[in-house]
Amino acid sequence: MSEKEIKNLEQIFEAKIVRDEKIEPKDWMPEKYRQTHIRQISQHAHSEIVGMLPEGNWITRAPSLRRKVALLAKVQDEAGHGLYLYSACETLGISRDELYEQLHSGKAKYSSIFNYPTLTWADMGAIGWLVDGAAIINQVPLCNTSFGPYARAMVRVCKEESFHQRQGYEIMLTLCNGTPEQKEMAQDALNRWWWPSLMMLGPTDDESVHTAQSMKWKLKRKTNDELRQQFIDQTVPQADILGITIPDPDLKWDEETGHYDFGPIDWDEFWQVVKGHGPCNKERISARVNAWNNGEWVRDAAMAYAEKQQAKKVEKAS
Amino acid sequence: MNFTHLREKNKMNTETLKDYILEIADNSLILGQRFGELCGHGPSLETDIALTNMSLDLFGQVRSYYQYIAQLSEEEKTEDDIAFLRLERDYKNVLLVEQPNTDFGYVITRQYFFDVFHLMLMQQLQYSKDETLSAIAKKGIKEVSYHKRFSGDWLKRLGDGTKESHERVQKAVNDLWPYTNELFEMTEAATAATEAGVGVDAGQLKEPYYKEVSELLKEATLEVPESKYFHKGGKQGVHTEHMGYILSDMQFMQRTYPGMKW
Ligand SMILES: [Fe+2]
Ligand SMILES: [Fe+2]
Ligand SMILES: [Fe+2]
Repeated sequence: MSEKEIKNLEQIFEAKIVRDEKIEPKDWMPEKYRQTHIRQISQHAHSEIVGMLPEGNWITRAPSLRRKVALLAKVQDEAGHGLYLYSACETLGISRDELYEQLHSGKAKYSSIFNYPTLTWADMGAIGWLVDGAAIINQVPLCNTSFGPYARAMVRVCKEESFHQRQGYEIMLTLCNGTPEQKEMAQDALNRWWWPSLMMLGPTDDESVHTAQSMKWKLKRKTNDELRQQFIDQTVPQADILGITIPDPDLKWDEETGHYDFGPIDWDEFWQVVKGHGPCNKERISARVNAWNNGEWVRDAAMAYAEKQQAKKVEKAS
Repeated sequence: MNFTHLREKNKMNTETLKDYILEIADNSLILGQRFGELCGHGPSLETDIALTNMSLDLFGQVRSYYQYIAQLSEEEKTEDDIAFLRLERDYKNVLLVEQPNTDFGYVITRQYFFDVFHLMLMQQLQYSKDETLSAIAKKGIKEVSYHKRFSGDWLKRLGDGTKESHERVQKAVNDLWPYTNELFEMTEAATAATEAGVGVDAGQLKEPYYKEVSELLKEATLEVPESKYFHKGGKQGVHTEHMGYILSDMQFMQRTYPGMKW
């Protein structure tokens, strides 16, 4: 292809994005666009399936049958989200096996929030309320992102995430209306999940590498700091209803800006976890690697069986 | 004349009925619990989703049965009291369902061995004179048919897949086989329920069960174990050593925080 032809394709591509038309897998796209999307979508897919682990940790110990069923269904939804997102990613010309390989080797990242441990039942409430809550704030704008398969996956995912968030909040509400021990459990969970949830919305704007480009491709519509502010403004009144305290002594309503002011985030902790040294990074990755390695003989068997069946069919037909 | 007395005679005693329901329901509870351990650790996302689905079906059935028992109880009881607050000796599930998730071969074999029985049971139980049991069974048939198709298909894949999968699943079949016979054991409660037209004569399911299972094993190129030595005890509440650990996880919250709402 001549340079002129490429220029032409680039113009068509950019015009499409400006007109809010979707880019589909078969359309021409700049290599950088493809790579950025593979990175972001797979990172999102990995987050969904690694995210199954901290909550899966409480399925066998859920305190009632109703909660057990709801938790199972939630973790199953996350597996479903992983599935749509891997499929969306595969349309960009990379296989699911390759994507897993990147996760297992540590080359690909996933949301660092899942590297924190789930220590009590209240963590199931706090995760739904705060983590799914922050995820929604991150993801709702993606329902209009430029890459068609990603946008469509997000519409479905966001619907389910808001259900998860309500479910989590309802767990918190039950605890906060319960005994003093239960309320304390809820407060302790909020204390442990609050700051990591704020970090989930990404590094502060002056340290975020991808923002400008991502804005143009509608992978991002607001900056990390704007999303974080939106999350805080939305969540503080919810904590007030629960009657528990957000663990930030600097948190206060600012009449002038119409937003909550908040205290400094410990970015050293964030980078420590992102770089692989959080409390559960090793456990999470090794759980995924073990599941994959222990499942190899099963996947091989399914493949071998399918080939044998196919061969039998061919034999019959001839 | 005292008609209540007459009616009582034809009807089975409520305690016996409750025991009989527990015998059925506890299997779904413990098997569902075993699946709960696997969520996120399976060989593929698709199998994770399928196993979670089955677990959800099983817990759905459990809730219907326990809610019914709670209704039948004179004391104030909830489904959760029944699920979480019994002593190990009061759980009536068969030993098969409490066997561990040793590997995917064991998970599938345990499932298939149970599903074939479970479907036959539901197909009979739908004709129970007890309307609630009949309704639960009718709903269960659809679910359990799917479970059996899933586990049976996988058993064939593993049996007739690779040399490694064949050997692994044969070992699972051999190890779990001794737990199959207990499925057909008739307890006092089951006998009384059957006589009252409420329960199912599990003894009659034995022959068709072994016929069906043996045929599938052969199709899966697996050997049908010849062992005539079987284990039992679950239906009397005498479990394997695994059961205590299953319950300590399952009951943890209810035991640690007695009497709270969640
Ligand atoms: Fe999700
Ligand atoms: Fe998500
Ligand atoms: Fe979610």
